[in-house]
Amino acid sequence: MDTDSISVFAERKGQILVAGSGQETISCDKQSLSGAVSQRACVFCGARVVLYPIADALHLVHGPIGCAAYTWDIRGALSSGPELHRMSFSTDMREREVIFGAEKKLEQSLRELIEKYQPKGAFVYSTCVAGVIGDDIEAVCKRVEKDVGIPVIAVQSEGFKGNKRAGYSAACKAIDRLVGTGDTTGIGPLSINILGDFNLAGEIWLIRQYYEKMGLQVVANITGDGRIDDIRKSHGAKLNVVQCSGATMELAKYMKEKHDVPFLRVSYFGIEDMAESLYAVARHFQDVDWQVMERARKIVADELLTLVPEMKALKKRLQGKTAAIYVGGAFKAFSLIKAFRHLGMKVTLVGSQTGTEEDYREIQQVCDPGTVIVDDANPLELGAFLRDNDVDILVGGVKERPIAYKLGLGFCDHNHERKLALEGFLGMRNFAKEVAATVESPIWRLVPRRIGRTTAGTAHSTEVVGKES
Amino acid sequence: MIKTMDAKKREPWVSTANPCHQCRPLGAMVAFQGVEGCVPFLHGSQGCATYMRRYLISHFREPVDIASSSVSEKEAVLGGGPSLRKGLRNVTEKYGAKVVGLATTCLTETTGEDLGMLVHEWDKEVLEHPLEAGNPEIVKVACPSYDGTHMDGFHGATRALVEHFAEATAPHGGMTLFPNFVSPADLRHLREMITAFGMGATLVPDYSERLDGPALAEMPTMAEGGTAMEAMRALPGSRMAVEFGRTIPEKLSANAVLKDKWNVPVRTLGLPIGIRESDAFFAVLEEASGRETPAEWQLERGRLIDACVDAHKYLAGRTAVVFGDEDMVVGLVAFLTEIGVKTTLVASGGKSGRLASEIERVTRSFLEEPPRVLSDADFRDVEDCVESQQADFFIGHAKGYKISRRRDVPLVRVGFPLHDRFGGQRMLHVGWRGALNLLDTIVNAILEKRQDDSPVGYSYL
Repeated sequence: MDTDSISVFAERKGQILVAGSGQETISCDKQSLSGAVSQRACVFCGARVVLYPIADALHLVHGPIGCAAYTWDIRGALSSGPELHRMSFSTDMREREVIFGAEKKLEQSLRELIEKYQPKGAFVYSTCVAGVIGDDIEAVCKRVEKDVGIPVIAVQSEGFKGNKRAGYSAACKAIDRLVGTGDTTGIGPLSINILGDFNLAGEIWLIRQYYEKMGLQVVANITGDGRIDDIRKSHGAKLNVVQCSGATMELAKYMKEKHDVPFLRVSYFGIEDMAESLYAVARHFQDVDWQVMERARKIVADELLTLVPEMKALKKRLQGKTAAIYVGGAFKAFSLIKAFRHLGMKVTLVGSQTGTEEDYREIQQVCDPGTVIVDDANPLELGAFLRDNDVDILVGGVKERPIAYKLGLGFCDHNHERKLALEGFLGMRNFAKEVAATVESPIWRLVPRRIGRTTAGTAHSTEVVGKES
Repeated sequence: MIKTMDAKKREPWVSTANPCHQCRPLGAMVAFQGVEGCVPFLHGSQGCATYMRRYLISHFREPVDIASSSVSEKEAVLGGGPSLRKGLRNVTEKYGAKVVGLATTCLTETTGEDLGMLVHEWDKEVLEHPLEAGNPEIVKVACPSYDGTHMDGFHGATRALVEHFAEATAPHGGMTLFPNFVSPADLRHLREMITAFGMGATLVPDYSERLDGPALAEMPTMAEGGTAMEAMRALPGSRMAVEFGRTIPEKLSANAVLKDKWNVPVRTLGLPIGIRESDAFFAVLEEASGRETPAEWQLERGRLIDACVDAHKYLAGRTAVVFGDEDMVVGLVAFLTEIGVKTTLVASGGKSGRLASEIERVTRSFLEEPPRVLSDADFRDVEDCVESQQADFFIGHAKGYKISRRRDVPLVRVGFPLHDRFGGQRMLHVGWRGALNLLDTIVNAILEKRQDDSPVGYSYL
């Protein structure tokens, strides 16, 4: 297909390609185009999503109320203990403070909140305004840290200073400040940290369980169901297992440089990727304990025993249906392409908000020829694509959902706000069921795009009650 | 003596926790959705537009497009003019914007962007190089997020629309309504009321279709619906203008523009929630039209009173904590007072300075003393108050769910945002019909709790 039909902005042409067309990769990591309704967020958002799940930390947003209001309890990141991360704290900067500086208010806020909520650490997020007025957040944090005896860390997340990826980087730098400050006594040779999993719908508990069954000790969850003290001693682990490479790879690299902790890239989405993740980790430890691999194989075999027949039944129902994928990170897109293949479904569009050139090159390799690949798409482009292609399901986040629903097609939420575990073998099962639940809804037989009408209000249905179909 | 306090002046909290309101640009973005052919546009960082879209989509369950100038470090230092102009060109060419509702954000207000100058430069540019699609109208409103709430943004944008479009027009007999931030269902109902009196109606803004539209076969570049430019140009020819919201500051009041500049007869009313506040609106409709309230509408009022009588014993002695936007809580307290529910605490993130006297107005002669009123409050303030520990139910938007859950007190969800329930955009609050809907919802919440808590499990209540 021709990219022109969906490339509505001339400036964005380089950010769209068709797999198999000879073009190698696409330009990306660009600032969003002014006037386009980008689905992307900002530096603050990137930092906030990564640090958010650390449940015993105080997360204080230093700026006017909006940034804190819109991120209050925004993610489905669960905690097995404290839930301080689910509150919204802000310095709620006012006009007077914008003029005269808000350092004093920040310091008072920090002190009162730390006293009241007794967190194990505190993150202070800088926002656009804090950056412009030049508050010395670092100095305030240091001063408070000295008195209260917990780490108080400034997160350089001024919204306008880059895109979401820059926010991931700011978060990694903040976590890096904690790593190496704790006591590693009791950490054995078969030990790992889980990086880049945010415990949406309890996913990290699933994954942790697999690793523990393999005989591994999990030192720190970074950051799902995360704890400050675990992160402080995480340099004692013998391996970093990194999912969601975009968000936490930088941290893995710091830990490699500073603490000589090697890392592995994994993905927990889909059958092969989940199994391969466990095998890769087992291979890493096979010289220490050959039984780890045995246990990994057993976990996979046990899971597949029940999963495979279920998948077969679902595949029969879903065979030949088509899917469009538009997600935040590219790594998720890889796994989704494979997952849809398991269901016998064809992927016709793959897009991400924050993919790199390398990511898009790889995506092209795993896609069928003809698949459209797009970076930083906007609603106009997504709408145009869905108009021209008979897609059964769109996978995306909350902002993409109404586009799919308005046009009368299925949707699966694969973003931070989902309440359904999609990782692991259980996640694959959930995903397949979710896809079937939306794709097979009877309502699609009554929506305008299926009955050749422009809106649902202008005509009677072509379906007649009682008619055989 | 009214017991009132400004939560922020009260020790000990300096910080804000679990806010009860949103930031100023969000309200402007909602108001601009209510204009035909309008692309709401934020001059600021990309994140603002995305967060607000997500926040609004989760409530309205509709596509919500908000464009952004995506200010980066370079623009923050050197000025966002070129980036803004490029953005305005893009939304006109690609979205076919006839109107751009342009709001600043905390970032561009702090970097000192001069909106008037920016638009002036744009005007110069398009004068020399006109756009093929025609130059859009740029309606601008300053939205420093560090001053005021989303409601100030909403009213500011509404007023900006009137200032921008209104022009000398012969009297046309239509009625103008500034409806405040109500649901799409409310907007439709308000239009129905005015037309029932034989008058044409212009609602500014009117997002009843754009934020609650039909299923479509094709995604339009611009959602249908909204108040037409021509209708806004003709506002000065209205027979009367009504503004809902007695806490709206004069400088943000759209009514004030029509009155002071165009000599339109105006009325300022509370949001028509409950019996007396709705009566007041119907009285104005009678006055403006010279007609009596039509029989079928009088029947609606009759049914409402009848239902309130049926319900009165379920409600007797019950206490409620009310939170949300200022004008909304005034209406809710008015209605609760009429049906015998005693409001013990009123909290709003707004700080117009008029909330306490408004609460006093709607409770006077019914209550011996008005409830405690918290302005500029957050949910931690609400939780700190003893009233929230003793209430029979909470009524307000869905952000009160956490405290409702912790206290095991039912939350009756109304207004905006409703992120954890279905159908927020179709919830009817206004008029006698809206009051009846609220009554059913409140009474059923109480009955459900009573039934669940009872060891007997009565089948008849």
